[in-house]
This record gives sequence, C-alpha cells and structure tokens, in this order.
Amino acid sequence: MIEHSLQAMAAALANKEISSVELTQLYLERIARHNSQLNAYITVDPARSLAQADAADARLARGEGGPLTGIPIAHKDIFCASGWLTTCGSKMLSNFVSPYDAAVIARFHAAGAVMLGKTNMDEFAMGSSNETSFYGPVHNPWDDSRVPGGSSGGSAASVAARLAPAATGTDTGGSIRQPAALCNLTGMKPTYGVISRYGMIAFASSLDQAGPLGRSAADCAILLNAMAGFDERDSTSLDRPAEDFSREINATSTAKPLAGLKIGLPEEFFAGGCSPEVMQLVEAAIGEYRQLGAETVSIRLPSMGLSVAAYYVIAPAEASSNLARFDGVRYGYRAPDYQDLNDMYCKSRAQGFGDEVKRRILIGTYVLSHGYYDAYYLQAQRIRRLIANDFASAFQKCDVIIGPTSPSTAFQLGEKAADPVQMYLSDIYTIAVNLAGLPGISIPCGFAGGLPAGLQLIGDYFTEARLLNIAHRYQQANAWHLQRPGGFD
Amino acid sequence: MKQWEVVIGIETHAQLSTQAKIFSGSSTAFGAAPNVQANAVDIALPGVLPVLNRGAVICAIRFGLAVDAKIAPRSVFARKNYFYPDLPKGYQISQYELPVVLGGKLAIPVGESEKVVSLTRAHLEEDAGKSLHEGLGQHFRGRSGIDLNRAGTPLLEIVSEPDMRSSAEAVAYARTLHALVRWIGICDGNMQEGSFRCDANVSVRPVGQPHFGTRREIKNLNSFRFMQQAIDYEVQWQIATLEDGGSIEQATVLFDPESGETRAMRSKEDAHDYRYFPDPDLLPLLIDQQWIEQIRSQLPELPTAKRERLIADYGLSAYDAKVLTSSLELVGYYEAAVATAGKANAKTCANWVMVDLTARLNKEDREISESPVSAEQLGGLLARIGDGTISTNIARKVFDALWSGEGSSADEIIARQDLQQISDSGSLETLLDELLAANPAMVAEFRAGKEKAFNALVGQAMKATRGKANPQRVSDLLRKKLG
Repeated sequence: MIEHSLQAMAAALANKEISSVELTQLYLERIARHNSQLNAYITVDPARSLAQADAADARLARGEGGPLTGIPIAHKDIFCASGWLTTCGSKMLSNFVSPYDAAVIARFHAAGAVMLGKTNMDEFAMGSSNETSFYGPVHNPWDDSRVPGGSSGGSAASVAARLAPAATGTDTGGSIRQPAALCNLTGMKPTYGVISRYGMIAFASSLDQAGPLGRSAADCAILLNAMAGFDERDSTSLDRPAEDFSREINATSTAKPLAGLKIGLPEEFFAGGCSPEVMQLVEAAIGEYRQLGAETVSIRLPSMGLSVAAYYVIAPAEASSNLARFDGVRYGYRAPDYQDLNDMYCKSRAQGFGDEVKRRILIGTYVLSHGYYDAYYLQAQRIRRLIANDFASAFQKCDVIIGPTSPSTAFQLGEKAADPVQMYLSDIYTIAVNLAGLPGISIPCGFAGGLPAGLQLIGDYFTEARLLNIAHRYQQANAWHLQRPGGFD
Repeated sequence: MKQWEVVIGIETHAQLSTQAKIFSGSSTAFGAAPNVQANAVDIALPGVLPVLNRGAVICAIRFGLAVDAKIAPRSVFARKNYFYPDLPKGYQISQYELPVVLGGKLAIPVGESEKVVSLTRAHLEEDAGKSLHEGLGQHFRGRSGIDLNRAGTPLLEIVSEPDMRSSAEAVAYARTLHALVRWIGICDGNMQEGSFRCDANVSVRPVGQPHFGTRREIKNLNSFRFMQQAIDYEVQWQIATLEDGGSIEQATVLFDPESGETRAMRSKEDAHDYRYFPDPDLLPLLIDQQWIEQIRSQLPELPTAKRERLIADYGLSAYDAKVLTSSLELVGYYEAAVATAGKANAKTCANWVMVDLTARLNKEDREISESPVSAEQLGGLLARIGDGTISTNIARKVFDALWSGEGSSADEIIARQDLQQISDSGSLETLLDELLAANPAMVAEFRAGKEKAFNALVGQAMKATRGKANPQRVSDLLRKKLG
C-alpha cells in the first residue's frame, strides 16, 4: 500500500480495500517505528488524525469522496492548523497552538484528507539543511549522517522514508525543490500567488510560496489541485479560473509525447559550480528528454549570478519585519526573567530565536536602515527585475528551462553549518525562480554514490500543468523516482 | 529688540468613519470592552495577512477632491518598523514615499479675510492599540494593559505646509479642517475619543530671515483650546530661549494642560530609524479616473461653494452664510426649511435657524439631527409669518407647541388654537372703538402728548385679542381714530 500512487490509494479507499483509519494507522505505526531515526516530525497527534480518518471513512461510505479523501498528508510546521502546535521549527513558537487553519490546511481538510502530523523544518524556513530547527536536525533517509535539505526537510524525509504518502512544503529560495532533490522526490513551487499564503507563517512574503512534495509528478498534480485557488484573505493571491493540473498528465500518451517541446539550457547553469557527478546525471536526463521528442536550445540568463546576493538582501529585509511580531507580548516564548519592557523584548528574542534567524534579522535590519536602503534594498529590487526580464527573454526561445536543482547531492550534517555563505550557495539554481515568481519543479534524475540528484524544470508563469506533464513523461520513461531508501520496513 | 516670526505646520490624524478596520474585518465602534474588537489580524497571529478596506480609500479620495489635491493613480503601502506593546505586528502599515493624496489647499478665516494654507500630502495608515497604565483594578496593580480594539482603525494623516504664522491661524486651520472632514462625512471629528488629533510643528525666526528656525513638534493636541495654549507657550519659550542666547534642539514635546507648559519627550538623537519599505503583503493601490469621478459625483457641495451660493441665491450676509455652513447638517436643515418656507422667507429662516432653533437646541444639549422640530415644520411656520397669518410673537408660541409635539404642523396648531392674526379693519375698528370708550383717561393722556399712553392702548388691543391682532394694523387704525 505504501508504494501506491495517490490515485491508486484513492481507488483502494473507494473500493474498500482499506479504510482511511487503517491507512492512517499504517502510517502512524511507521512514524512510531522510524521517526526517532529521522526526526522528520515535530508533532504527531494520533487521536486527532484518526478522528479525521474516521470522518473521511464516513464520507467515503456516503460516496462523497474525492481524490484525496481519506489520504493522510504530512504538513510542514509552518502552516497554522487549528488546535495543533504550530512551531515553525522555533523555540519562539514552541508553545503556540494555533486557533485557526491556514488556507492550505483548510483546503486539504475540505478535500477530506487526513492530517498526519506537523513536519520538522529549518527555523522559520531559514536554512537549506534542516539543521537550524529548534527541534534538532532531520536526517536524510538515504544516509542518516547527511542532511535532507531544507527548509522543508521534515516533509521531504517523511515522504522519502514512506512515513507519509505526500507532504506540503514551502519554498522561498528552493525550500521544496532542494530537499526534493536530496531525498529523491518530486517537489513543486508554483507561480507566486497560485496558493494562498494565509496562515503560512511568513519568512519573506514576496518570495514565499507553498507547494507539494510527493513521490511523482502525478501525485504533485493531485496535491496542487487541492492547494491552489484564489483566497481573498491574501492580497497577493491570484484570482484565476480554477484549473485541473492533472489534465495534461491524463491526456493520452504517444511514442514521442514531448515532440516539439523546446528545452532551454542556460549557459549559466552549465558553467561550473555544480559537482561533476550531479552534472553528469543532469546531462543524461537531458538526453532522455531528447529521446522523448524534445529539442534543446542554448539560452542565457545573464543576471543569474546576482540572484543569491539579491536574495540575501530582499529575504532578510522582509524577514526582519515579518518576525517583529514575535516579541513575547501576546503569544509565543517570553523570557522568564526581565527588568522592564525593553529587557523583556531583548531577552525573549535573544532566547527565542536561533543563530541563523538572528543573523538574517540583523542583515535585514541593516539593509533597511537609513542610508543603506538605496544601496542594498533598492539595488536588490532592480536586480530582481533584471532576473525576471532574463527569464522573459528566455521564454521567447524555449518552453521550459532545465538544469540541476542543487549543485551537489546531500552533504554531511554539520558540513556547512559553520559557513553560512557555503550554505546559501546550495540554493544557487533555485533562488532566481523565486525572485522572478516563476513555477519550478525538481524531479529525481539518478544517483551518485548512492545519493539521489534532482533535475530542475522551470516554466513560464502559470504553466504548472505543463511542467507537471513534462516531469511526468520523464517519470513514465524511467524509474528513478520509484527508488526508495532501504531500512524503513 | 528683535521681531520674531512664528512658523507652524500641522499634522492631523483623522480617524475615518468606516464600519470595519483598514486591513481586517473587525468593527471600529468606540467603547467596547478591551480586545473584544481585535481579531486574528489585529493581534498579529503568525500567518495572518492584511486586506485593504476600499471604504478607507474612498474616504481618502473624498478628502483629496475636497481640498483640490491630486489623487495618486498609484500609491504604495509601506511598513514603518518599531517595537511597542500596542503595535502587534512590530510595524505600522502606512504610506511613505507614495501617498494617496498629493498637495491640496485649504482656505482658512483670518480676521475678516481668508488665507489659503497649502497641504503637503495626506496618506492612509492604521492606528495602533492603546496601552493602559492605570485603572486596571486590584488584580493588575503595577502592570500595564494592552487594548487592541483601536489597532488597525483607519487613519488619514493630513500634513500641511508650514504656512501658519500664529497660534490663531493654526487653530483656524485645525477648525476649518475639522469642519471639512465632518462635512464630507469621512470622520466624526470627536476629539474627546481621539478621532481627530493634531501635532503642531512650531519654530520661530527673526523677521526677514529666509530659512526656518529649528522646529519642535507638539504631539497629540486633542482640543483647539489646548492647541492655542500649547503653541503660545511653546512660542514664548522658544523666543525666550533664543533671546537668552540659547538654541533650539529639534525635539518632540508634549503639552501638559495642568501646568500649561510643553516639555520635551524625546530629542532628535532618540529618533527611531523606522526602516520603511513597501509592504510585500499588499499590492500597490491603483486608482483610476473613473473611480475618482464616481466619488466626485457623490461628494456634497463644499463649504466655500455653499456659502457663495447662499449669499447669491438667498441674499444672506457673509456672516449668516458662514454660521449656517458650520456643518453640513445645519445647512442641510436650513435649506430644507427654505424649501418649505419659500425663497422670499430665506432671511427669516436664517434668523430662526441661527437664533431661536440653535438657542433651544443648546439649552437642551441636542444636535441639529435630534431637533424635535423638523426643517419642514419650521419652514411651514415661517411661511405663516411671511404671509401675515401670524405675528412673530405668535410664531414663537407655535414653535414651542411644535417643539413639545402638540401638533404635526404649524397650520394645524394655528387652526386648532385659533391663533390666526386679526387684520381685517372691520373687526379691529369695532374692537378699538370699544377700547377707546372704556379708557377715556388714556385717551386724554395721549392727547396731552404722552406717547406712552398710545403704546398702552396698543397693548390693551393686543391683550384683548390674545396677541392675535396684527400690531401694525392696530397701530395704524388707532392713530387714525385718535388723529
């Protein structure tokens, strides 16, 4: 059952081969057995999950089930869920039980999905290794001495080890795609504005976007169908007609399903900076795409090299302001001893936030300060426009851009923890996509030294259905995405 | 001795009369129990987002049109970052580089003439909550309370140029602005509840000096009287300081009504770096011409235009026109009364509204909207003075009767109480003949040259008719008879 696709799982539920309670129980048992090795979950609440499963079974019995009814889903602990501890991986929110549901949680609830638990993550989504979590690092199921990637590391590890059929994540600079690559999963960051940010604890508002982490593009399409949609509570949510993101995947296949597809290969992605073994797998994947009928063109993204620098101005700037609400006054962590108001602020925040969060608050505060704003923040915004323009020009010449997701396979726990800049460079291929607000997806493309590597596909705005189909056709042609780590029986 | 010139600019926070807050759906009603009107957005729970209330934008556009300003086709909400317990997000959403209203002007009365004050800008922002340090009861002794009911209430911050040259001008500006925001229905103007609060930037310079002196900002002036007192004190303090050879440091000061003095709250060195940047949770505010025109068409006639029309159409004095246009409700009442009474009685209507009605309302502490006598009833009454049906004195009785609800119209009360003026010569002559016959002594006194006796006879005639006789007719007929 745990290797069933979401579609097969839904069919099994509909045919009464298994009940939602049984299915949920199965995953809860797996979590109980293996989570201590991985530390993928922060909160599991079996009674609550089983009650939801029970309700899903009743719904299925009435014949009112949908594609996700009764299916357990793990949620990144960045999404507020009513009655659930919602920590964002931080001591600051280690006592915060949300009184309300995020839009994403509410949508899964409406679809009848079962909430399996809250997954571990880098503190406030700041990190690329899941090592900044107050709840400790997550271990990569493929090698537990290595990182799963971040910040959606818990979600990725849980799905990779089959401790959840699928999970949600959020992606501000690569936080879905990079862990997907490092854990042999399919993970998508949709166009900015496709999924409501309401109830998703903000890191960098203009870059944050939720998305699915699954075992295949087909699964991700089903998840995205549940997650996407206009929400008037989020002013940056896009009011577009509903669409079926599975529609191209479900269309009839031919021998050359991608005939006529133009794949753009940015020179900047292939000019070094990526480990040779990952690059070799990426080249091989491109070869497979040619087999499927696609042709490739060389393109340029000249401002690409500035993306990490621009990102590490804009994201901390927004974060420094977004995280100001965590002041110990109304909820969350408050230092036990303090002299006065100012002391309470200082101690609560000094004790409540970890080093990486403090580092970014400091950077953000600095770049927004009087006298520095023009040189840093405004300049970074200009670069952001240049990057968006680069992509716009590129999509004149191609339908999809392909390259590596991450410059390396999973690195050792602690390997980059002391060197923030090396850590930031893990997202060198993913960050520009967030700056431009484009959709991107990472899919498994093989193994190097027993560790999975990811292929990144970047599309033009609102081409999610197409991107998912391009990923799906690749997954029809090989079995990389079906490989699972040993030791989680 | 040096001559000093005073320079004042005013920043006003007008709380907008929307039902809901500017970025959340919570109610803005005043006086609820603490924190009852604060939802997830107002208390800044993790993950919540602001959504702009279009009603607040409409208020800003109305104001911009009323002061002949430019409405920005694109304006931007920015975050003003600082920590304070009653600021739940750790930042205030305001507008910084690109405000919604640019420029504008306001004509204020200065003595017998008027002066035009230029406006710099007006921008939308949210209010903070309130910190309560006293009156929290036994349980909270020594602690402070936070009430977030006010957090997120929409404000329009209106900034003037430093155009005022005296405390009197500053107060005239504030009063004119206060009347205007109420006139166009965007602010209830309740200064007690903090709906309209002013900060005054005050500096002095030697007459003839081209550049401004260093200013100090007097915060949170919530009455016109305090504004005048605070500025007067501040000006004499600044002049005294300079004349003593001292210098003025830029500072924020508070006015203490108890002592009548201003005292520094924080200096320039303590000034916050607010780290403004565009709020990524909100899209730029786009306003197209069509929307502006739609709002313009719903705007009431503005005070200046209204005054000019009252003078031209109804022949009112400038003074009357000014008094009647002190509020939209008052002039609305007046115009409705004239509509019933007829244009010929416009001046009588003005006198009655400004004197009789206002006096009665003041006596009973009522607003014009709460007047028991409607504009139509008053107009109907005054029409009867105009056509000679009743005298002014009788009209006052009828007005009292209307006030106490003894009838639905003046005509009904006149008919029921038989108050119609007696003007026809026949019945008056009979009456006067009887009167003269019964009072030979008075007649003799009049003939002996005592004018007082004549007045006494008129009085007798009025008394005999219970005031209904037309006094002019009585006087004319009596002179004829005695002549």
